[in-house]
Amino acid sequence: MGAPKKAPARAVSDDPEDLASVPLQAVLLADSFATRFRPITLERPKVLLPLVNLPMIEYTLAWLESAGVEEVFLFCCAHAKQVISYLENSQWYAQPKFKVTTIESHNSVSAGDALRLIYERNVIHGDFVLISGDTLSNMSLMRALQEHKERKKKDSNAVMTMVIQRSKPSPITQQSRLGTDGLFMAIDPTTKQLLYYEENTNHLKGTLSIDKMLLVDNSSITLRNDIQDCYIDICSPEVLSLFTDNFDYQHLRRHFMKGLLVDDIMGYKIFTHEIHSSYAARVDNYRGYDTISKDIIQRWTYPLVPDVLSLGNSATNLERQGMYRAFEIGQSRSAQIGPHTVIGTNTTIGSNTKITNSVVGKNCAIGSNVLIEGSYVWDNVTIEDGCELRHAIVCDGVIMKSGSVLKPGVVLSFKVVIGQNFVVPPYSKVSLLKQPTKQDSDEELEYADNDSDTLDPATRTMDKLNGDSSLEFSEMQDHVSSELGYGGAGYIWSICEGSHEEEWRHSVAPIPPEKVAEITQVIEDDLELVSQDSNAPASSGELKPDTQINAEDDAVYFEKEVEATFLRAVNENVEVDHVILEVNSLRLSYNMQAADCAGAIFHSMMKLALDATHSSQNELLRNVHETVNTWQKLLKSYLPGKDEEIEVILKFEEICLESVRELSPLFTQILHLLYEKDIITEEAIEDWESEKKDADEADRVFVKQAEIFLKWLREAEEDDEEDDE
Amino acid sequence: MPDVQALVNEFLFKLKNGEILKIEGSHATARQTAILLRSVISQQRIPHTHQAAALIDAVKAVGEQLVAANPVELAVGNIVRRVLHIIREEDLSLTTVAMAGLNVSPVSDDEGETDQDDHPVLSAAAVAAASRNTLRPPSLQTLLEDLPDSTAIPHTSSSGGDSDGKSKSADKSTRSRKLKHDVIEALNELIGDIDTCHEQIAEQAVEHIHQNEVILTLGSSRTVLEFLCAAKEKKRSFRVFIAEGAPRYQGHLLAKELVARGLQTTLITDSAVFAMISRVNMVIVGAHAVMANGGVIAPVGLNMVALAAQRHAVPFVVLAGSHKLCPLYPHNPEVLLNELRSPSELLDFGEFSDCMDFGSGTGSPLLHVVNPTFDYVPPKLVSLFITDTGGHNPSYVYRLIADYYSNDDLVLQRKPAPTN
Repeated sequence: MGAPKKAPARAVSDDPEDLASVPLQAVLLADSFATRFRPITLERPKVLLPLVNLPMIEYTLAWLESAGVEEVFLFCCAHAKQVISYLENSQWYAQPKFKVTTIESHNSVSAGDALRLIYERNVIHGDFVLISGDTLSNMSLMRALQEHKERKKKDSNAVMTMVIQRSKPSPITQQSRLGTDGLFMAIDPTTKQLLYYEENTNHLKGTLSIDKMLLVDNSSITLRNDIQDCYIDICSPEVLSLFTDNFDYQHLRRHFMKGLLVDDIMGYKIFTHEIHSSYAARVDNYRGYDTISKDIIQRWTYPLVPDVLSLGNSATNLERQGMYRAFEIGQSRSAQIGPHTVIGTNTTIGSNTKITNSVVGKNCAIGSNVLIEGSYVWDNVTIEDGCELRHAIVCDGVIMKSGSVLKPGVVLSFKVVIGQNFVVPPYSKVSLLKQPTKQDSDEELEYADNDSDTLDPATRTMDKLNGDSSLEFSEMQDHVSSELGYGGAGYIWSICEGSHEEEWRHSVAPIPPEKVAEITQVIEDDLELVSQDSNAPASSGELKPDTQINAEDDAVYFEKEVEATFLRAVNENVEVDHVILEVNSLRLSYNMQAADCAGAIFHSMMKLALDATHSSQNELLRNVHETVNTWQKLLKSYLPGKDEEIEVILKFEEICLESVRELSPLFTQILHLLYEKDIITEEAIEDWESEKKDADEADRVFVKQAEIFLKWLREAEEDDEEDDE
Repeated sequence: MPDVQALVNEFLFKLKNGEILKIEGSHATARQTAILLRSVISQQRIPHTHQAAALIDAVKAVGEQLVAANPVELAVGNIVRRVLHIIREEDLSLTTVAMAGLNVSPVSDDEGETDQDDHPVLSAAAVAAASRNTLRPPSLQTLLEDLPDSTAIPHTSSSGGDSDGKSKSADKSTRSRKLKHDVIEALNELIGDIDTCHEQIAEQAVEHIHQNEVILTLGSSRTVLEFLCAAKEKKRSFRVFIAEGAPRYQGHLLAKELVARGLQTTLITDSAVFAMISRVNMVIVGAHAVMANGGVIAPVGLNMVALAAQRHAVPFVVLAGSHKLCPLYPHNPEVLLNELRSPSELLDFGEFSDCMDFGSGTGSPLLHVVNPTFDYVPPKLVSLFITDTGGHNPSYVYRLIADYYSNDDLVLQRKPAPTN
């Protein structure tokens, strides 16, 4: 112990000299401007929700303090009063060398608004750390900050350094461990400049389009999808003014980053800093809440772990197998408390109760024969005998009457009462508040009613409830007793449309096996589609090795596509040039040859002729005439040489033999027609004939049929030769 | 007082975040604790009665916070207890001086009366002198060794026959000032002791390391480094095997330092210890703490080294400054006195992130990484402790502890929180 102080000590001592001039500041957004944690966030701001028995903001502040930040501007919006009163009762206002200032706003609806307000206040003087109150980390800021400053010195346009971490996305759902959508980034490997940032990659079905200028401008480029955005940004003051200049920027990533990367007007650059040995993550949804809780219990966030980071007197002990137990708990001898479990102070646990992989808060009363598995039980919860909880979140003050069951993914908001023997269906969200009826369809605007100024009816009810509410409470109880069993209180929120399918993605429950099977199936189908769709190099990594087998199918698909294009062109009188363009693009995407196009177009032409009304062979022939007349230019453009022409003849044969038997008697006439129209040269016909010489009788049907024509051709040729002589 | 509170807060913060800031070794922590307590004592206003009690309360209040901030860093608690012991002793010696000829028992105005002995008590000067090279009076060793001359003073000194009541009241102000003064004096001694403990230990190096020996150590410890260097300076030529000390690999740093000082060094993996131990003459390691039963809390991996040493009858020597002597007994040491650190020291998070995707499967983590900081080496595996007061047997540690701490102070934490 104690010896190797030299190296780190020196590293630390260098930095303060640089930093001494300007105290390091941080902007902490104590509002997520999102609705993922509803209904819980209707009653309590997200940053105060307990994460392993400590409010999330505690982790963020503890990290900022330990990372050497000296001044924090805490921006609160939704439930600002609660946040402020929490801070007043906490230790944070009393810290020396760590100043916390709250900025309260009632009309900010996005991170953009918040930053604009902070810019108006004119409190940020140098580089600052931008973080939201639901982020936790144990990384050391020093290196990232130093890198940022050095880059800034060299290039004043380097305004932001974002912290990223490697984390593999799930192969099944393409979403990250934290339940966020897959993330795709392009980074310059030498300068670490961020060149491209794309969320929601799983909606793109495996294809991704990148501006080719990226490849032109940068000598090397790394494309990565195993990156997790930590939502910790080191920003220069310019970032704030950028937000002010572009008043339509709302979302940090979607607008600001896109604006800087794509529009590129100002030439500002964003860089990345990848952390390897430390941890950083943001609680974005219930799945992330679950994952991060488990990471904390597994001590990835060390030293931000329950036994080190304890509030007040509630010291927690770490025991074997990741069990954290507070000192004062009442536990029955026969209760089994399994691995990776946290039990808060003054909680009592009855006999034969089994708790595994769960977090139980302070002052809970848990009866006997209760099963708690993978769940998060907050403070002051009463769980009576024989209840079962699997992968659920149970907020403060909930009462579960005996025998009630929570299925996976259930969220019980504050003070809900579940009636006796009632089974709460999977993924339901239960709250004492009614679901806001008016749901803004646009997600961007949804947070409007998060705002404490524009209280929607539900929030208002809540405020009354928090005051003296016995009357209303009982009233409510009468209303809903049917909904949550006898004696229950609360409303089950109907899952709003659109997100229905997403419920399992973002819940605390693991993905059910049948869903996994379903997704795997879909992915396999997708993969097939992808391999048919394109052989684009971007997705080639995902291609299955058996692409050759699919080549046949490919051809069929391609033919269909061409036919559809052609028919559309006929019906809508599209110009030939445009059709050529469209077919060309199809050809590229299916990786086909000119010959294939010619074959496909010819096929479509014949079909068109056939589909036109006709009663006799002659009429059919006339139709073919017309079609060929109209579209010869199109066909010709795909017939640069003899080989393609032969292909067309072969195709023609095929058509006559297989799909459109009606045309077979007309084979010679049509062949003649094509010859006359200069679509097919005589050399091609001769080659075709010679190719067929050794074939079976069956194959030679058309050669025989065309014998007269061929003979005539040969004679004509000889005549020509004679003429030449 | 606010100044002190600020200092305390700052130190608390350092202790809590010791990992992030990477400042502390237990030596530095011990020193800083002593300095902090010194300023607490010097700022503490002393009432006319129960001066010692007031001081003890003040120190206890601060000490409790410090210990709670980082219960694993035992050095903090040790120093707090020693300071409390010093206060009690100084008070006792003052009282004995004041009440000449009387026994210890009539000292009713402080809590110090429960001090472990009805033996003669040393004066402050004597304590200071004694603590330098040898031990406190009640130890057998001290009785056998020649006592410093000054020890004679308190026992026999009788400062005349003035009546008790009078002298007490008249003496009050001077006495309180004297108590504080003496305590701070003794504290300075303590800080000096901590400062010099490395040298004190290193001085004994030549007695233990002989020509052409092979020494094995694990990880890195400043005490061990200085110990080896001291032997080197005395022209001993010997070789050092260093087990690297995964997962923190501090052995690498030690190897660097030793090579810089011209020592023949061999670096091995931890798992090679058993293979190499038969060629080793002595194992010399540092410790995180020495418990009252003679067991050692040491960097992880040392229990294995100790077992290997025992198997091949190689002496297992632990170097520990007296600030590492802890008066507690190790109950469940693997868990309670250990610190489980982040798995990131063992695994790359990015590489293993798919093993920790709780979205699929049963939702329960299948991969569990355990990364303890310390090992517990039971006393039977330790051959010798070398402290700044000399070499001791594990079975003797409890006596050493009785010299440094008073029984009242053993339990610091579980008391109801004092009002401060």
